[in-house]
Amino acid sequence: MAYAIEGWFAVEGDGAVLLGTRCAGCGTVCFPPRPGSCPNPWCAGGGTEAVRLPRRGRVWSYTNAAYPPPAPYVAARPYVPVTLAAVELDGPRAEGGGIVVLGQVAGLTVDELEVGMELELTAGPLADGPLVWMWRRAS
Amino acid sequence: MSGDVVVLGTGMHPWGKQGRPFLEYGLAAARAALQDAGLTWPDVQYLVGADTIRNGYPGFVAGASYARALGWTGARIASCYAACASGAQAVDLARTRILAGLCDVALVVGADSAPKGFFKPVGGERPDDPDWLRFRLLGATNPAYFGLYARRRMALHGSTPYDFAAVKVKNARAGALNPMARYRGAVTTEEVLASPVVADPLRLMDICATSDGGAAVVLASRSYARRHAPAGDLVRLAAVSTVTPTFPGTLLELPDFATDSCAAVPPPERPFRAAVAHAAYEEAGLGPAELSLAEVYDLSTAMELDWVEDIGLCPPGEAGKLLRDGVTALGGRVPVNPSGGLASFGEAIPAQAIAQLCELADQLRGRAGPRQVPGAKAGLAANQGLFGHGSAIVVTR
Repeated sequence: MAYAIEGWFAVEGDGAVLLGTRCAGCGTVCFPPRPGSCPNPWCAGGGTEAVRLPRRGRVWSYTNAAYPPPAPYVAARPYVPVTLAAVELDGPRAEGGGIVVLGQVAGLTVDELEVGMELELTAGPLADGPLVWMWRRAS
Repeated sequence: MSGDVVVLGTGMHPWGKQGRPFLEYGLAAARAALQDAGLTWPDVQYLVGADTIRNGYPGFVAGASYARALGWTGARIASCYAACASGAQAVDLARTRILAGLCDVALVVGADSAPKGFFKPVGGERPDDPDWLRFRLLGATNPAYFGLYARRRMALHGSTPYDFAAVKVKNARAGALNPMARYRGAVTTEEVLASPVVADPLRLMDICATSDGGAAVVLASRSYARRHAPAGDLVRLAAVSTVTPTFPGTLLELPDFATDSCAAVPPPERPFRAAVAHAAYEEAGLGPAELSLAEVYDLSTAMELDWVEDIGLCPPGEAGKLLRDGVTALGGRVPVNPSGGLASFGEAIPAQAIAQLCELADQLRGRAGPRQVPGAKAGLAANQGLFGHGSAIVVTR
């Protein structure tokens, strides 16, 4: 199935993994990936390498879109509220731990979420078909 | 100090959803500000327009159109866009030119004619623009980010939807006294809590509307102003902070997908919003304890509580107590959003920071009518625009 954006995540088995970059000079990890550039202003650079980010994390916060978001979002008909979670990635900082990543949540409503709850990465289709990364309850 | 810049006049067009061209609002505000300053348009040497992005070609939506509408005089102009911080940047351009001695008197204008409903990105297929992408990939509207901050605040500080509703009730009370506000009716806690959820936990009445409106100020060097206004009526523009964030940012900002990594550099001493205010305090040479009032960017009710802490009126987590004790209401020790805030105005993006300055200047000149903060001597206005645009202004007597 087509990805809604290339190079930001990859489907693996029944889950998915976020793809970032890591600066070879200072170790700063980036999502979305920033090939060839480092956001650290004090870093002299030195190129970037691709990095797979931790697949699990804890809910930093969450919300929903009770009304259909406007274009370019393609809302499902009938509309079901989109749940969104900002998740703080587990793991060592050198591998992307501590970064908070926003995503839609598959299979959970806001009533089932809590700050601090563990989620893991998956992928799911947007209403018009292409896949995007999503969070789901950790297995 | 002869190097001072002062606010010589303020003017606004009432906020609403009148559906007229933005130029009409800006023109009305500009004329009101000129009249307030006791000047005529040909006296103005420099005009800065804060741009609107929703009304056409960038060359049209800017300073030149206001100058043409007022009548070409050969005055120099500038235009700028910095999202919600556009007005502060326009003010900064004008004061910088005055401070440099390149002009004595400048007019700053911002106005918008806003579409109904959610703000959405400019159209087309534009996957290089994060603002376009966050809608396309996630359906993440502006209120979604406000909802994330509000839920985080509830988890971290124990805030409740009742606290958020109390912000709206407070601001509606102030807005009811402001003829420039769009919403002027009293609001009860029950009404806020009965309004539909938009972005959990925030409800319709927790979230600011998108509005039409226009605001303008006349700025001048003190020596020029002394010849045109009674000395007691001069308000000093003591600071304009337009700082950007410092890497690494650890708060998920609009329109970002993620925060920065702290793998190489520890988080900065102050988060962005606090840093925006701090820079203004440093420049003005005063601190939060000296404020008589503050205007902050209450895009949501919950965000007003965040701002109250960010501008240093209390430690993190204690803004709810300040609110409950009446400290931040009209009549309290340091009223926050005495204008009624975005809760009563709705957001007319390029006009908003200028409108905040109008409120500060009017309060310090004792012209705020039933909203008057007695003996106001210093005020701060703060806001933040998409893509790292900070905005804080301090005025003093």
